[in-house]
Amino acid sequence: MSLWEYANPQKFMQLSRRVLPFVAAASVLCLLGGLAWGFFGTPDDYKQGSTVKIIYLHVPAAMMAINAWVMMLAASLVWLIRRHHVSALAAKAAAPVGLTFTLIALATGALWGQPMWGTWWAWDPRLTSFLILALFYLGYMALWQAVDDPDTAADLTGVLCIVGSVFALLSRYAVNFWNQGLHQGASLSLDKEENVADVFWFPLLVCIAGFVLLFLTLVLLRTRTEIRSRRLNALLARERMG
Amino acid sequence: MIPDLGKYADAVLGSYAASLGLITALVAWSLWRGARIRRTLAEVEARAAKAKEAKRNV
Repeated sequence: MSLWEYANPQKFMQLSRRVLPFVAAASVLCLLGGLAWGFFGTPDDYKQGSTVKIIYLHVPAAMMAINAWVMMLAASLVWLIRRHHVSALAAKAAAPVGLTFTLIALATGALWGQPMWGTWWAWDPRLTSFLILALFYLGYMALWQAVDDPDTAADLTGVLCIVGSVFALLSRYAVNFWNQGLHQGASLSLDKEENVADVFWFPLLVCIAGFVLLFLTLVLLRTRTEIRSRRLNALLARERMG
Repeated sequence: MIPDLGKYADAVLGSYAASLGLITALVAWSLWRGARIRRTLAEVEARAAKAKEAKRNV
């Protein structure tokens, strides 16, 4: 059995119908469990006080904002190279989810930054590249809406996705590239010295799993809707032609 | 039940409210749009099947 079999819309619909309830249930469990554990079951940080509880939303959302774009890039490349419609529709389905995660990262970052840095916003490399990533998400979604022919829209958005990947990568590595600005380096690291303390790390891992599963749930759900929408448009066009 | 968040209560509670609000809105929109398109597709498919049947009977 090959992965490419799932490029067939019918096969994708069959598989996603079976998988979706389990992924959705797991995402609700991990998200609610992880957030409750982080909010109610962890102490305040000795430096940041209770604002450390924002980490359970900010870090997973920021991580997924970048990874959603990487997933869209992979799906767009599959479309551009192999012309599989499901991959183009999956990229389209992922964009609003990625935008929501980017907005969560920006909003929680501002709310966290105000008491810690004394400002809601700074033109810091990481913050600025995240704002540009949010604008790329908006542009990507607008381009899908602006072009009538779905194949042309998939081509153009695929190219936009490749260009936007530069900013997705910059968002991830901006702190390392420029080594300036207010934003700290990575919170998650294999280096024990750099990584957050275990008491925050374990609930954070559960929240990250929750965000990954939520992304998967929403992308599956929305891709199914996009496939149906494509079939609906084809049937309506056939009706109009008589 | 809410832990004592001290002087940062607004920032922490604001973050949770904004994030959960955005996620709830996205999930609700995705479910609503999915249900609307599924319903419309079922109607159009039924119409297409009926038209096919009528053509066959002519």
